[in-house]
Amino acid sequence: MESEDSRRLQSAASLKAFLLKSSTESHLNLYDHLTGLLLKVMDEHPPNVVDVIEDMSRDVKRAVLEEQQSSLRELPETSAAELLAEQQRSLFSRPEDADQEDELMETPLPNVSELGFYLEQAGVGLGREETQRLFLALKQLVESQVLLHCRLWGKILGTESSYIVAEAEYREGEEEEEPSLDEDEAEPETEDTETDPLPQSTYKPLPEVPKEALGTGANKYVYYVCKEPGLPWVKLPSVSPAQITAARQIRKFFTGRLDNPVVSYPPFPGNEANYLRAQIARISAGTQVSPQGFFQAGEEEGDEEDTSPRDSYEANPDFEGLPVAEMAETLSSWVHHVQHILQQGRCTWVNLAAKPGEDPNEEGEAEEKEEEPDEPEPEVGPPLLTPLSQDAEMFSTPPWTSKVSSTLTSQHAVAVLRSNLWPGSCAYACGKKFENIYVGWGLKYAGEGYSPPVPPLPQKEYPSGPEITEALDPSLEEEQVLKEALEEQQAAQEELQDSGDEAEEDDD
Amino acid sequence: MDSNSLYYSLELVAGSGSTLNVEQRTALQTSLVILKKNYKFHRVLFWGKILGLKEDYFIAQGKGEDELQDKKNLYSFNCMDWFLLPPATESMIEKASKIKSRFIGDPSYVYEHIEIRRQGERDDTTEEVVTKVNEESRLAVTVHQIDDEASVVPRGAFVKSPHGLVQMNRSFGGLSHSEARKLDNFFHFSEAKNLKKKSILEMGDLNPAIDFLDVLSDDIPKGSWSLQLECASKVCVLRSLLWLGLSFYHVPMTPQHGYIYIGDGIKNLDLPFML
Repeated sequence: MESEDSRRLQSAASLKAFLLKSSTESHLNLYDHLTGLLLKVMDEHPPNVVDVIEDMSRDVKRAVLEEQQSSLRELPETSAAELLAEQQRSLFSRPEDADQEDELMETPLPNVSELGFYLEQAGVGLGREETQRLFLALKQLVESQVLLHCRLWGKILGTESSYIVAEAEYREGEEEEEPSLDEDEAEPETEDTETDPLPQSTYKPLPEVPKEALGTGANKYVYYVCKEPGLPWVKLPSVSPAQITAARQIRKFFTGRLDNPVVSYPPFPGNEANYLRAQIARISAGTQVSPQGFFQAGEEEGDEEDTSPRDSYEANPDFEGLPVAEMAETLSSWVHHVQHILQQGRCTWVNLAAKPGEDPNEEGEAEEKEEEPDEPEPEVGPPLLTPLSQDAEMFSTPPWTSKVSSTLTSQHAVAVLRSNLWPGSCAYACGKKFENIYVGWGLKYAGEGYSPPVPPLPQKEYPSGPEITEALDPSLEEEQVLKEALEEQQAAQEELQDSGDEAEEDDD
Repeated sequence: MDSNSLYYSLELVAGSGSTLNVEQRTALQTSLVILKKNYKFHRVLFWGKILGLKEDYFIAQGKGEDELQDKKNLYSFNCMDWFLLPPATESMIEKASKIKSRFIGDPSYVYEHIEIRRQGERDDTTEEVVTKVNEESRLAVTVHQIDDEASVVPRGAFVKSPHGLVQMNRSFGGLSHSEARKLDNFFHFSEAKNLKKKSILEMGDLNPAIDFLDVLSDDIPKGSWSLQLECASKVCVLRSLLWLGLSFYHVPMTPQHGYIYIGDGIKNLDLPFML
């Protein structure tokens, strides 16, 4: 009996050893395969298992191969959202050496959260989280640049991306680096005098209106833009009057790239950064308003013979806020506090016809002496701090719409002023606080339609002179008369010569 | 913009600059529910705001069984009392398209548009044709035109049953991030005009249950839509350059989408000059 058991055990062991033998081709062995197959049957409990056992066996074999790892590693793709999130993370970092004392001093950083709250009452806003991100981005700007005064100006939408604009005032003593202008066309070309000289063009371009100095007029503030809060701020160049005059005549969307060329007629001198700056200047001049009395005129400088517009204003320490109902009802309780831009493109008028080097006081005498062409009339704009009730209507729409933000809780409401000339510009006032903001496409209201200016007539290219002007050919009779006259003259000359010879012969 | 999602979706379109006051938002939440009950709408949307010189109009839209056909527009001044706008007819559209000035804010105001027409070649007499348009009908026409030309829905959000009934697609999971960047995946939510002009080859790729509307990228002039990613690149925002003030938002990989119009209700006919 025992030998049978031991024989049975032995044959079982040898069978098991046979099952564990790995195959020469696939390096699998039947023992492990059957174990896996039965485990799978236990896990899944398929119906009619005996009929599908062959398929299951094949699946188990296939599964062994799939466990091998692929040699390709997964490359993590950073989506645009992740990139931006990394950049915006720097907004939330706080420098370690920031002293607590700094925060007690007056900081040029405006309180953007408060601004966002009041603007939301007015119906203008960028969303709570976005406003908070703007706040942190402005803080970054103020810390990186030495700024006296900083303000969130607004947002200009573009077709591909938008611009966030911040207005800043430099501390005194900062100078801008002027880009060096190459003067190529100054030297006249030396041509051969033997061949006929090419006709010179008599076109003289109009003298360029000079830019206003930094800190005055349209260049009073410096503007920084960025695409998204967290991305670096870019400083916009200062604006020139030629750019403002061109911007007044074209109507173009912004694309969102600062170096994009502006293709238009009349041609705009500059790229999108200059166009952006020009529109910002126009919008500021047209729609930055404050409650009357908040600002008062700066110190008057002695006698003023020339009517130079006041360009300085100071915050009035005695300002008591006007009631909200009054602010919303009459437009005369608001005043402009940014200088109006004249037709010329500047805020202070410059007389281009005056020759350099003359004193302005002697102009009167010089006029009498020389016969200059008519002096251009000086352009005068409305003086600073004019109330809005004097703003002109355009295209039969009133220039401003005012309302109170809430009729149900009018005790704590805010007076809201919206501009109809620059859609998107908004101002609010509540007691002693007020602020302006612009969120829009950067375009002025054009009424019924915009028609681009027509190109000018072609100019005469060559000066008319005797060589080129046509003259009538002489008729036959005139030619005969001339011929006879010439013959007579010749005959007379010959006679004179003959008599002269005879006289000589006589003398000899 | 669906009234159920109003409280969070306003933040997503705020990138265009206009939002609603908290007071207006709460008033809307209350009044839109009452409106839905009174008119027996299936869904109520807050369509937008048209800014007038004196007053602003708040517009709501109620949808019936068929999302495309059964629409009713209502307007209000204070977000509580709503008045029904008449449906826009052809003659109304023709008359109101001549007026191009701003909305005043008074629904009973009558615009007069004077057109001078000559009476044939022989007569020198000029005839003045005066068109009188009520501001209420002009408002109805404007809302209809904006819906017709500038409403946006993502591809797959609405399905058309074989009977022709257009309904919301409940299994719409949202466009993926790469799909949301292409203008091809957004449709106009109005009667399809360009669909019949497509060649058979193009029609072969389309799914008739989903692709029964006009694609945005077929709009003329090209470039009249601005597609951007906002709010830290999580929301895809489409802005129309033809009707300045219309914003559409969609959060990719979620079924959240909607559009709203906040503007002065004037078509931007200078668009070809501005691009």
